[in-house]
Amino acid sequence: MTHTYAGTTARLLGAGLRALLVLTLVCGVLYPLAVTGAAQALLPGRADGSEITAGGRTVGSELIGQRYDLPARKGGEAPAPDLRWFQPRPSAGLSTNGVNTRYDLLVSGASNLAGDNEELIGRVKAAQEAVVADNSVPGHRVRPQDVPPDAVTSSGSGLDPHISPAYAELQVRRVAARNHLDAERVAELVAHHTEGRTLGFVGEPRVNVLRLNIALRELADAR
Amino acid sequence: MSPFLAGLLQLLALVAALGLAYRPLGDHMARVYTSTRHLRAERWIYRAIGADPSAEMRWPAYLRAVLAFSFVGVLLLYALQRAQGLLPGSLGFASIDPDQAFNTAASFVTNTNWQSYAGEQAMGHLVQTGGLAVQNFVSAAVGMAVAVALVRGFARTRTGELGNFWTDLVRGTVRVLLPISVAGALALVACGAVQNFSGIHGVGQFLGTTQQWNGGAVASQEAIKELGTNGGGYFNANSAHPFENPTPLSNLFQIFLILLIPTALTRTFGRMTGSLKQGYALLATMAVIWTGFTALMLWTESAHRGAAFEIAGGAMEGKETRFGIAGSALFAVATTLTSTGAVNSFHSSYTGFGGGITMLGMQLGEIAPGGVGSGLYGMLIMAVIAVFIAGLMVGRTPEYLGKKIGIREIKLAACYLLVTPALVLGLTAVAMALPTPRESMANAGPHGFSEILYAYTSAANNNGSAFAGLAADTPWFNTTLGIAMLLGRFLPIVLVLALAGSLAEQRSVPATNGTLSTHKPLFSGVLLATILIVTGLTYFPALALGPLAEGLAS
Repeated sequence: MTHTYAGTTARLLGAGLRALLVLTLVCGVLYPLAVTGAAQALLPGRADGSEITAGGRTVGSELIGQRYDLPARKGGEAPAPDLRWFQPRPSAGLSTNGVNTRYDLLVSGASNLAGDNEELIGRVKAAQEAVVADNSVPGHRVRPQDVPPDAVTSSGSGLDPHISPAYAELQVRRVAARNHLDAERVAELVAHHTEGRTLGFVGEPRVNVLRLNIALRELADAR
Repeated sequence: MSPFLAGLLQLLALVAALGLAYRPLGDHMARVYTSTRHLRAERWIYRAIGADPSAEMRWPAYLRAVLAFSFVGVLLLYALQRAQGLLPGSLGFASIDPDQAFNTAASFVTNTNWQSYAGEQAMGHLVQTGGLAVQNFVSAAVGMAVAVALVRGFARTRTGELGNFWTDLVRGTVRVLLPISVAGALALVACGAVQNFSGIHGVGQFLGTTQQWNGGAVASQEAIKELGTNGGGYFNANSAHPFENPTPLSNLFQIFLILLIPTALTRTFGRMTGSLKQGYALLATMAVIWTGFTALMLWTESAHRGAAFEIAGGAMEGKETRFGIAGSALFAVATTLTSTGAVNSFHSSYTGFGGGITMLGMQLGEIAPGGVGSGLYGMLIMAVIAVFIAGLMVGRTPEYLGKKIGIREIKLAACYLLVTPALVLGLTAVAMALPTPRESMANAGPHGFSEILYAYTSAANNNGSAFAGLAADTPWFNTTLGIAMLLGRFLPIVLVLALAGSLAEQRSVPATNGTLSTHKPLFSGVLLATILIVTGLTYFPALALGPLAEGLAS
């Protein structure tokens, strides 16, 4: 009896193994290869990460946020933002790889801090003060209540390529002053790069920071 | 337009899209699981398996096949991760440690997709595409197979036969999941999701520096991740990562994919039992819970209570600009009312009540509309309980779909209801009592407790999302969460198949004047009340210590 039972179990496990191997061939080899082939043939730019070229070189991906900081200072201090450029959202959850450390990879992620967490409260306050200080120019002082939430909170991925139109508009005077440009021209640039909701109701209005900074550089260079 | 209104319109758009797909997909799946014809490719697969696709199985045989297939799945996925460092296609990544490899293998085979690793720094092309994504397909197909076996139990009379597991597995994969995934993956690429096999490479940046990226078969994995209510992201940030979920439109499409099969299965159920209205009654209960939860979530996240959010002026921590509050709230509810667990925003940084809504969604048993297959069989168990309670109230022998709910049936259903709460509350209590697990908490106070309650809720219900501040890559959490996932998946399956077998053996009882009409709105209401009361009584004390305490204090 025991023998038969063991035999049945072995047969069943054998069938399970063969089923898994065949389905691995279908779902784990043929399917991804077919999708990759079709995607590379039909949508090569998108399938490879929507990279943007400007001034003859790759400047990043339309979809992936990046930092616009001054060169890192000695002593391991966090680099200061380069206020010449439009600044993205904070990215407290973004980290670098803790395993397979011979690479230098960005690891996406969020802070995961709760609304009542003292550390998050401190970060939000500090970020708000910094935004107020950075964006107040002679003759125009930014009020804390004018700072939109996306300017002082970290995104889910740490790679958010967008900011809200409100945060972009708040940076206009500073960016114009730093680039010796007319504020109205910079405001036009922001308006031009503001995307509304898709179909009028899907998603939120937003500004792609990389696209905006590319246009800003063109404007500044042409001056 | 206010974000709240935009959210409601997106909810309506989802309802419309799901409504359009409901009939054709539900009927298609009914044909898939009742057809006597085999496709040529399928015959070839059956020959490779060595199975007779037309042989009927009684419930013990069906169960043994499910368990054998899943056991082999855990073993192979474990081996693949342990050997990653030696195999080609690994991007040069090292092998995964034993506890994490066990956790991940258990996670993907049980359709949970809890991730204690960060995809972009741990898993190469081979494991992601040849291991994890394969389980995304087959674990979903197993769930659908078990649900269909239970439906056959209601539909068939005086037989113990529930169909053939191998046939159901292969058909679910080949005729349902694969075609929709191919179309879905290409739609996601069109939005900007990446699909390539490039290695780790530098990409130039605006100010002259470079970022290191690894490519991958992301869109193809993303499509089945949502469609199969799996939820395991290619990248650590899951569907918040722009390469997984690039635009507001791709976001809405992903939510649609999550809800697509679980809702349409109620039509399949109605078709196979010969009364579409029975399916509509279940769907109505699911829809009320889903829309109610979504409205509550939109409200609490828009109200942004909580010190940090009040200073910031909005609960945008952990949320992406392109989705905003509305797109994030819709996703969070859909992913926790199903067994998906993908996230496009981080639940740990939701408001106190918002975090509570995600937890309660899972604690309902993920039945509104629930995981692929598991949502339907979970809801049918609740229907059996509801019929039983209604029967007690009027003093009649309870019946559902012409089958008597006798002692054996109600015992099986009651045991099903006890499995996950016992795992969740038991393991949470043990983890809180021990000194080490608490060191993994990222937040203090009620939120720290919520992190652990969320972890076991997510694992035992096979969801996979997290209050991700919890440092879960420890031997304790990897092991206990792995065990919770396995028991939370397979003990209910044992009970469901046993119930299916016992129902299929019965003869059909003709409906009389005194039979409770289970296709009417009244029954949908009784079902809704049963679900809310049973879950509420079970989890209220635990929720009061975590998200309710946090929400009320803010």
